[in-house]
Amino acid sequence: MGKIKKTVYPLEEILIRHFSNHFERLSSHDIPKVTKMRREAMAAFQQTGFPHKKMENWRNTDMEGVYEEELAVFDREIPFEKALSEIFLCEVHGFEARVLSVLNGSFYSSEEEKLTVDKNGVIVGSLAKAMQEYPELVEKYYGEIMQQTDGFKSLNTAMAADGVFIYVPDNVEVENTFQIINILNKPKLVINVRNLIILGKNARLRLLHCDDSVNHHAGFINKVSETYLGENAELELYKLQNLNNETALLNQTAIHQSANSRLKVNVLSLNGGLIRNEITDLMNGEGAWSDIRGLYLMDQQQHIDNQVFVYHNMPHCNSNQLFKGILDNEATGVFNGYIYVARDAQQTNAFQRNSNILLTKTAQVDTMPHLEIYADDVKCSHGASVGQLDNEALFYLMQRGIPFDDARMLLLYAYADAIIKEISISALRISIEDMVKRRLRGDLSICDRCVLHCSNPASPVIFDIDLSKI
Amino acid sequence: MRDEKKNKDVLEEVTTGEYKYGFVTDIESDQAAKGLTEDTVRFISKKKNEPEWLLEFRLKAYRHWLTLEEPDWALLHHPPIDYQDIIYYSAPRPKKELENLDEIDPELLDTFNKLGISLEEQKRLSGVAVDAVIDSVSVKTTFQDTLAKHDIIFCSISDAVKNHPDLVKKYLGTVVPYTDNYFAALNSAVFSDGSFCYIPKGVRCPIELSTYFRINAANTGQFERTLLIADEGAYVSYLEGCTAPMRDENQLHAAIVEIVTYDDAEVKYSTVQNWYPGSKEGKGGIYNFVTKRGLCKGRNSKISWTQVETGSAITWKYPSCILLGDNSVGEFYSVAVTNNYQQADTGTKMIHIGKNTKSTIISKGISAGRSNNSYRGLVRVSKNADNARNYSQCDSLLLGDKCGAHTFPYIKTGNDTAIVEHEATTSKISDDQLFYCQQRGIDKEKAIGLIVNGYAKQVLNKLPMEFAVEAQKLLAITLEGSVG
Repeated sequence: MGKIKKTVYPLEEILIRHFSNHFERLSSHDIPKVTKMRREAMAAFQQTGFPHKKMENWRNTDMEGVYEEELAVFDREIPFEKALSEIFLCEVHGFEARVLSVLNGSFYSSEEEKLTVDKNGVIVGSLAKAMQEYPELVEKYYGEIMQQTDGFKSLNTAMAADGVFIYVPDNVEVENTFQIINILNKPKLVINVRNLIILGKNARLRLLHCDDSVNHHAGFINKVSETYLGENAELELYKLQNLNNETALLNQTAIHQSANSRLKVNVLSLNGGLIRNEITDLMNGEGAWSDIRGLYLMDQQQHIDNQVFVYHNMPHCNSNQLFKGILDNEATGVFNGYIYVARDAQQTNAFQRNSNILLTKTAQVDTMPHLEIYADDVKCSHGASVGQLDNEALFYLMQRGIPFDDARMLLLYAYADAIIKEISISALRISIEDMVKRRLRGDLSICDRCVLHCSNPASPVIFDIDLSKI
Repeated sequence: MRDEKKNKDVLEEVTTGEYKYGFVTDIESDQAAKGLTEDTVRFISKKKNEPEWLLEFRLKAYRHWLTLEEPDWALLHHPPIDYQDIIYYSAPRPKKELENLDEIDPELLDTFNKLGISLEEQKRLSGVAVDAVIDSVSVKTTFQDTLAKHDIIFCSISDAVKNHPDLVKKYLGTVVPYTDNYFAALNSAVFSDGSFCYIPKGVRCPIELSTYFRINAANTGQFERTLLIADEGAYVSYLEGCTAPMRDENQLHAAIVEIVTYDDAEVKYSTVQNWYPGSKEGKGGIYNFVTKRGLCKGRNSKISWTQVETGSAITWKYPSCILLGDNSVGEFYSVAVTNNYQQADTGTKMIHIGKNTKSTIISKGISAGRSNNSYRGLVRVSKNADNARNYSQCDSLLLGDKCGAHTFPYIKTGNDTAIVEHEATTSKISDDQLFYCQQRGIDKEKAIGLIVNGYAKQVLNKLPMEFAVEAQKLLAITLEGSVG
């Protein structure tokens, strides 16, 4: 299956042509390893092409529409004019984030802030720049964590020129939350972004990763993030997705967990034409712990696909997955959770749960909670459910005088709360709570752009910056 | 039950070493040549004196089969099957009969005793030429009388083609079309024989129908085809296979079972499969690729699959229900046990199409030794299946640290009134339970048998009584020696 070469799509051609025509520019910042990887990956991509519905992991997500689009590759650097953080005015009370912006695939900042080294040794900035200044660091981790399992990952390896680089040295706990904002502001772009995040021993980081649209143009973002957690390191990762209906976002994250490291992931998908989140958690050290949660609220004809792969490669690891979704109108949802327990990975605890609420007859959900277990001293369970709001609960609320609409909202909100309450940054939690409420009421559209001023809707929302100028 | 003859083969192999050599040569005329071509298909059809339409059906299936590739999505690993190295038809042949039970392999006898199979039956199963044969003839006659009284048709599918061609023509391939999958196409092209059963309107079949006692029981061969039709208001409980170890020289089995139920009809289909699983080192054993599907065509109809799978080196089997009629019900109860190097990829499909349809899936997998046991299932609720309800529970039990237990459920829901629930757990036998049993004086092996039986109870309870008792013992026997 899949061996037969199918038709070549317009987008495929565009990408391959761009690669051969602009290879020099594409690889201008590379370390030799990355240049070599690009060539190999492009060869692999030409072999496999884009993933298609015949492939097991792609059977429920049809990206054909994207492949047919005449999108342009954008690889020029945009001169820095104004910090995106100013445009997006992140004024959440008590929430201080250090904003890292990626605009149309390139790290966007003034020249002196392209790559900064803090007092505590934390290195933050552009990946392209990091390749030049810290080649040995990049060389050690780049491409080592994410396996090239399908065409998109090969494509990203071949084409991605920039993205965010974060290095937290051993024993450093970062106090601020880092916030990556990923934005497209030009019409009809295909973007390959690559992030590399390294946490040393006992390091600690909180990261908020936002994908937003600022217009209604079609676009396709193919993103690969590689994350390395050293021994006893701790990462809290929040992903927030609020995109327009024309944008397709492919978010591929692979995390290497060393012994006793802790990982918390929270994926909140609020809007987006087509979103696919792939999270690969490689538990390669004993005693690793992870908790991966997600909430998706989709309507219209939006499509959400969450793919979570947890590999228990070593004994004494714990993992937990909980994904909840509410699907309205003609929205479609996919959940594919996968737990793998290797031989001899004894004393494993792995749990997985996916539940869905369908609000209309036309919404659809496919869920595949898979287990593959080769060790016997394990406790693994998974569950999946699809259903509606509890009629009795609804009745109870209504007989207490709460109108139907409010009661329904209350129950939906309570349902979503299991995910939101896990957000440990309280200021962020409050603003997201607020946002989910508005999303459920139908008030939140992508016009709200950055989500982080939702906590105080009364405050003036500053949006009147002419984005065409940046 | 497959057939007595094959049992004999094994026994002969074990007991009389020289026998098989002189044997193969003189029946050549009754065998198709090795390999599969259009000629083979024609040969089989001609041998069986089949009408033109059936030959056409076979040929269409064969031509379609040529266009297909062997599926590789299941979690099964086996050396590639050479489809040209198989004899696709060999006529049933007479065997030398044994004088008495003393000639039987003592190991086999031991198993019979453990299963609690009566002496008479033991003889019949192992093909000892004693009164048992007469007994079974009398049994057959009683059965035939009873069935005839109720106008129930129960015969081999070859007979059905001759005597009830309209019925066969109407239903053959309607539930599992030859285009369905690779093995279904293969079976449709070369099926050798099988059972046909028709229960007329309003008839409740008074006995448990079983291939084991089937009238005209013949060598059904490796490509078995079963067609079961329950007309309005009919009920039948059908048993396939038996608990006794079935040894068989055929490496590849590709069977099809089709069931159709009309309004208010109910079919209960139970299988116990205990074919040769291969040696402890994983050599040999049967490859079992089965397509089983039931169509709940009428309102309020019901199909219930119960299976106990303990044999075969490779099991690839997904008994399914298409719930087309409103208020129809599908059930799947399964216990699959794998030991040593066995591999099983089994499960079910529940396709909800009608309104108010209900399905229940209870699957219990037990892996031991170096085996791999997967549950793979689909629950699909289509747009118009209002108020569909599904409950699935798939538990896996691991005995030993070299085996694997896997769960691959697929849930597709396209209706907002549907309620679908899936739950699965994987664990090993708790040390506490084991300790409790042992400190009460039950040895470890027996204790595991006891716990495993308790674990599988939910499914075993669904089997017809006599079967259930044997199946319980069978579980314990299959797991023998798996406790290290």
